[in-house]
Amino acid sequence: MDVFSRDVLVVGGGGAGLRAAIAVAEANPRLSLAVISKVYPMRSHTVSAEGGAAAVIKPEDSFDEHAYDTISGGDWLCDQDAVEAFVKEAPAEMLQLEHWGCPWSRQPDGRIAVRSFGGMKVERTWFAADKIGFHMLHTLFQTSLKYDALQRYDECFVTRLLVDDGRCRGVVAIEVATGRIFAIAAKTVILATGGCGRVFPFTTNGAIKTGDGMALAYRAGAPLKDMEFVQYHPTGLPFTGILITEAARSEGGWLLNKDGYRYLQDYGLGKPEPKPVLRSMELGPRDRLSQAFVKEQEKGRTFEGPYGHYVHLDIRHLGEELIDRKLPFVRELCRKYVNLDPVKEMIPIQPVVHYMMGGIHTDIHGATPLPGLYAAGEVACVSINGANRLGSNSLTECLVFGARAGRAAAGFAAEQKESNPAVFAQASDEQKRLEESLLRKTDGKERIASLREEMQKTMEACAGIYRTGAALQQAAQDLHQLQERFHDLRLEDHSYTFNTELTGALELSFMLDVGEAIVASALARRESRGSHQRTDHPQRDNEKFLAHSLAYRTPEGLPRIDYLPVTITRWPPGQRVYGK
Amino acid sequence: MSAEAHYTRYHPQWYRRRVSVWWWLQSWRYTKFVLRELTSVFVAFFAVITLWQLRALVDGPQAYTQFVRGLKSSPLVAVHGVAFLFVLFHSISWFHLAPKAMVMRLRGKRVPDWVIVGLNYFAWLIASGTIAWLLLRG
Amino acid sequence: MGSREKLPPTVTLAVTRYRPEEESEPTLQTYEAPYRKDWVVLDALNYIKDKVDGSLSFRWSCRMGVCGSCGMMVNGEPKLTCAAFLSDYLPGPIRVEPLQFFPIVRDLVVDMTDFLHKLKKVKPWVVREEERPLSEGEYRQTPEQLDIYKQFSMCINCMLCYAACPIYGLEPGFVGPAAIALAQRYNLDSRDIGAQERLDILSGKDGIWECTFVGECTKVCPKNVDPAGAIQQYKLTGAAHWFKSVLLPWGRK
Ligand SMILES: Cc1cc2nc3c(=O)[nH]c(=O)nc-3n(C[C@H](O)[C@H](O)[C@H](O)COP(=O)(O)OP(=O)(O)OC[C@H]3O[C@@H](n4cnc5c(N)ncnc54)[C@H](O)[C@@H]3O)c2cc1C
Ligand code: SF4
Ligand code: FES
Repeated sequence: MDVFSRDVLVVGGGGAGLRAAIAVAEANPRLSLAVISKVYPMRSHTVSAEGGAAAVIKPEDSFDEHAYDTISGGDWLCDQDAVEAFVKEAPAEMLQLEHWGCPWSRQPDGRIAVRSFGGMKVERTWFAADKIGFHMLHTLFQTSLKYDALQRYDECFVTRLLVDDGRCRGVVAIEVATGRIFAIAAKTVILATGGCGRVFPFTTNGAIKTGDGMALAYRAGAPLKDMEFVQYHPTGLPFTGILITEAARSEGGWLLNKDGYRYLQDYGLGKPEPKPVLRSMELGPRDRLSQAFVKEQEKGRTFEGPYGHYVHLDIRHLGEELIDRKLPFVRELCRKYVNLDPVKEMIPIQPVVHYMMGGIHTDIHGATPLPGLYAAGEVACVSINGANRLGSNSLTECLVFGARAGRAAAGFAAEQKESNPAVFAQASDEQKRLEESLLRKTDGKERIASLREEMQKTMEACAGIYRTGAALQQAAQDLHQLQERFHDLRLEDHSYTFNTELTGALELSFMLDVGEAIVASALARRESRGSHQRTDHPQRDNEKFLAHSLAYRTPEGLPRIDYLPVTITRWPPGQRVYGK
Repeated sequence: MSAEAHYTRYHPQWYRRRVSVWWWLQSWRYTKFVLRELTSVFVAFFAVITLWQLRALVDGPQAYTQFVRGLKSSPLVAVHGVAFLFVLFHSISWFHLAPKAMVMRLRGKRVPDWVIVGLNYFAWLIASGTIAWLLLRG
Repeated sequence: MGSREKLPPTVTLAVTRYRPEEESEPTLQTYEAPYRKDWVVLDALNYIKDKVDGSLSFRWSCRMGVCGSCGMMVNGEPKLTCAAFLSDYLPGPIRVEPLQFFPIVRDLVVDMTDFLHKLKKVKPWVVREEERPLSEGEYRQTPEQLDIYKQFSMCINCMLCYAACPIYGLEPGFVGPAAIALAQRYNLDSRDIGAQERLDILSGKDGIWECTFVGECTKVCPKNVDPAGAIQQYKLTGAAHWFKSVLLPWGRK
């Protein structure tokens, strides 16, 4: 088996991974550095982000305002030291991206333009029309090409972390194009593999967002934090789940039920005004908006379509000129995928799984409890998002904590000695496992797709917008059974060349682990907070649950839940007030 | 057919397709492109004829009458007809490409393609009109 | 479920298979997939992979036309399969093949490492005399200045333009539409001064002069990048430079 060795290995070529890699290259150009990614970096799902990225820039804004919006938006489950570091470093990171060429939208005098966003009290969301993730990712990728020290393993799928002597020492991966299995021994590994929306059936997330990094770390002994907090975005297109960005509402779009009524006013989100009001109505936080949809559906005030219930997002009154200038992608997507022009018609939308607040537990420098292992981006939980992320905070998070993890990992790597040969035995074990249990496996009767569908249905039924203990209990059992059935997988593809059935199987097994962690964490949290709403425990309970849940994998494979207190610096828990 | 002899595990065995010499017949759009390229021969043809004509003019009235008589032979008229069609095709296809090569901006806004194409046609009309007037006024 | 009665219940797809371990040439395999009004070709391929034949390989991710993974030839034309609706190809059969002019790795997957090398060669990053410290804020850029290069910055690297370019097919060394458009994107950016550094590769042997203006790249581009325009515009720049260097050899640094 081939073994390569690197000082720092970044797993993932999305916003967080590329930012981390550049930070390593700048912090210490002498380190050998590589980015490994299961798809070409510019295919990473960061590419699909539409709305914008938050950072304080206006004179009337302040770090404290941004911090407060973030903390109250996260229902006080954010670590406030992390949030403070985040808001302070955000503007410099965004400027850095500007210096690297990101085509941010501008004011007439050439300065950066900002827009409002849900749950934010001041306009502070930087944007590039409505393709901000795309521009960010390509800017980072193209800039990364200028660092010769940065080596890439494109389309290489990481299957396992190598751990020895209580430290992470590298990875095993498959080169998808040839089926070659190899190991990279690394002094530090930074996981930046993104989220896991594909655990659910209806999501804005691309096919590659299967929680790989979360499962990799979880299996290697690092805990997953706050996994019960799954964000539903209120405005997805039916069937495809394609996101209609929050920017459509921040520019002034309305949510209307089937009677043409702006129903959010019935859910404590303020009074309807013709112009958008910050932190009010359509600009409330995502958890509240998605929950209001369910209530509206229960009252029978939503439309019924072939792909479930929906309501309308109306942006017609914004006019064609503004839509083309600021929301061109929204128009493009609507025309293409629902065959209507939002300049003239209302857009059907429904809540859709969007983002994982939870992830691998890290400290404020991106370090996980497993020495040598760092994490950043959606895969990590630092935690600045608490129980509900505010739109446009996560792209900035990728930059701020990507850079922090990169610098910290570079520092750590410089102090380490060469890797320990004990890990090579582990690597060949992994190779054997992959070949025997998957590539050369000819028996079995379960199809990947059927197991995946069952898993997704289970997750939607129990871990959706509203949850109950009974349903979660049932789901835990069902997932366990799916884990058993996974061993009886039938694979039709035994080729070594670009075998996407093999990667599909590996992704499914990652998702099953992540699903179990989500369900166990949700079951253990007997309160309602942010995006986690238990109908059997409808109140927030600061006594018992002002704490992060930590899911550890037990030797039997099941999760064990522990808690860690939330760090509070200056903002004691209060009520979340919107629309006032 | 078996590839096993060629295939080595872990080594890519790409299939490279050769572009056939007939690639330009594969779609009408490619054919149009190749035609456009070929028509330049006819543009050259007209240029040569014009040079000849000039030389005949310089050589005196007799040479010129002879030259004009030569032009009137029916095979040459036919060739001219065909050449004219091709040159027409050439000009039209180039007019439609013009906005790609020339991006014009007026007050910060990009001038739409059809305006640029239109301007080309307009210039062409004026030029042809002037020539027609010069030739036919007597 | 809506009004679907009149629609054909299934559609046939003729899909390229190439399994290098078993065969030395690609073949076509036909599959049936259900027809749905709102399905794209990619949905049908996923149906096949999930329910019929797990060994069919292709790339995809975002399903919203922005990640650039899913380009294939659909009935002979380069398309993003996540944006190619089945309804536009009725009654079928629909021919789905790997992108033309690229080496086939497997089934519908082509190799695009060549593009990544070319991309790096055109230096697609901001080149400056010196970096301004972040503390001094942003480089000013008016909306008009942004507008000049914006279109060329919209490239998703989907490779459809290469698959439409016969010149690339005949001369694989050609830098090609997307890479040139991206170089031009930086050349036209008011923050960049790297045009001189990009000149050698762009107007060199495999650069813009290979292009004979077929114009197909622009027609197939799903993001309106207009690479053909980028190349033509650059030809003017390149020609001006050439004249300068020939006529005024001392005028060049
Ligand atoms: C439709 C949509 C719109 C959004 N809009 C916004 C917005 O407007 N504002 C905002 O702030 N946030 C937004 N978000 C959220 C934000 O885009 C994501 O949280 C963020 O981009 C995540 O970036 P990342 O770098 O962590 O992961 P990703 O970009 O998902 O990258 C993950 C990387 O890891 C690699 N990888 C994964 N598994 C493996 C493996 N096993 N082996 C090797 N490599 C692997 C992948 O190849 C990829 O390169 C949006 C999200 C979506 C889905
Ligand atoms: S220029 Fe257009 S067709 Fe070519 S790669 Fe870019 S987006 Fe695709
Ligand atoms: S799947 Fe991303 S572009 Fe088609």
